[in-house]
Amino acid sequence: MEKVELIHLRQDVDLPYHWAAGRYGSMMLRALRDRKVILGNRCPQCNKVYVPPRVVCGPCFVQPSEVVELSPAGILAGYSVVNYPFIDPETGQKRPVPYTYAYIKLDGCDNYLSHLVDETDPSRLYPGVRVEAVFRPDGERVGRLQDILHFRVVD
Amino acid sequence: MTDIAIVGMAQTPYRRRRDDANFAELIYGVTCEALDDAGLEIGDIDNFITVSNDFWDGRTISSMAVQDACGSSFDGGRNVSTVEGDGTFGLLYGMMRILSGAYQTTLVVVHCKGSEGNMRLITNGMFDYIYTRPLGIEATGAAALQARRYMDKYKLTEEDFAHVSIKNRGNALRNPNAQLAETLSLDQVMASKPIASPLKLHDISPISDGAAAVVLAHRNVANKLGRKPVWVKGIAHCSEAHFLGDRDLAEAPALRDAAFRAYQMAGIEDPFAEIDLVELYDAYSYMEPLWFEELGFCPKGKGAELIRLGATAFDGPLPVNPSGGVLSAHAVLVAGLARVIEASLQIRGEAGERQVEGPVELALAHGINGPCGQSHCVVILGE
Ligand SMILES: [Zn+2]
Repeated sequence: MEKVELIHLRQDVDLPYHWAAGRYGSMMLRALRDRKVILGNRCPQCNKVYVPPRVVCGPCFVQPSEVVELSPAGILAGYSVVNYPFIDPETGQKRPVPYTYAYIKLDGCDNYLSHLVDETDPSRLYPGVRVEAVFRPDGERVGRLQDILHFRVVD
Repeated sequence: MTDIAIVGMAQTPYRRRRDDANFAELIYGVTCEALDDAGLEIGDIDNFITVSNDFWDGRTISSMAVQDACGSSFDGGRNVSTVEGDGTFGLLYGMMRILSGAYQTTLVVVHCKGSEGNMRLITNGMFDYIYTRPLGIEATGAAALQARRYMDKYKLTEEDFAHVSIKNRGNALRNPNAQLAETLSLDQVMASKPIASPLKLHDISPISDGAAAVVLAHRNVANKLGRKPVWVKGIAHCSEAHFLGDRDLAEAPALRDAAFRAYQMAGIEDPFAEIDLVELYDAYSYMEPLWFEELGFCPKGKGAELIRLGATAFDGPLPVNPSGGVLSAHAVLVAGLARVIEASLQIRGEAGERQVEGPVELALAHGINGPCGQSHCVVILGE
């Protein structure tokens, strides 16, 4: 078959967004920034405590009206050591590889918080190991989930 | 047809930016209100349709991100389907699912926040990326081409279109949900900031945040509820070519087809005489007469004259957009379902200060999606 030149065009599309955290999200982010506290909320019907706090308990379809302060510590329920880079869309900074995604069950909470843990040695990472939040220092917290720098394994 | 009724409805006020509510908070609010309005509980709903757009939401599979908020994850989860397009398309899909015989009730929810993304970039993103996007053309630029083509073909003027903005922004003064409500003079519209000729600032709908929900029920359920059902008497959805160059933008054959089919279903022969009220998707001022003509209410090119003569005024023989229309509040996708809700409130006689004089027995609501009204949904609602 005759070889013809096929053309493709590259376009870099930069689509910025300004997302509202909303009522419960703003509550959560203010508490992280101002008080180094992780908030959740409790469903009055099934008693489940959710992090982050949200407007509705899906299975009950009622508002989890009671806002609770959660422990900054909990257990690791799952993890992955990631070997490809990631650019933080809020800062434009590249995160060094490898890093570890963590799936964390905070004490007193019924669902899992996704975050990072500053440990890439699999021998120190196992389901049930205790972890706790490390907050950014005063003056560096701006009201985002990354005001928690990461979680660390507590021996 | 009287198989499916709208039995509950709710919409948020439309505002430039809603920092007080994220998508879930908007949707949970309208869902609860629509259920209350219907006298139903979430457990009574057996099917859900969520309508959204990934570019506007800034996330892929955006329609699946509001399941908790719309109640479809209630009690282990219910059937949920998604639509990317106008809210009226979601209404049509919801109806079809009930008509399949598998469901009795359907909740249709739609959300959009124009404030969170960049309207120009997002609507540029709807065009072909090889031939059209690099030109920079987006919703308003394309609409300006359509307005110009419509003016040239039917000998219309910018003043003709200005009267639409004057009427609709004035009507919005009676609608607490409207975002732009104002008494405009012809001079004010004509002297407003040029945006993309012939369109000026006051010819253009605002960027809005909002959400809406409608509860649909099969007649078996609808007739047992306490509320007066608003029946979907006719409905049709038609679409034309995507590439602007393949269309004559002064014509909207898809709307003509959709109207013809919806009228046939509803048994309407003379729409101007039989229909009491119209809510149509006037994203830009020129769209109102263009859509009005294609809906068969008057000959092509004559819509502007009827508007000027007051035939479509709030107190005219056929009020068009007594709510203030999309020119007064434009949460994209939501705006079509808002037209359905506004028309339904008028039929119920519950439109408050914006309730028109005289009974509204039959009303038309209209939604569009795609550049320059590429696809249209026509809904005939009645007692
Ligand atoms: Zn619950």
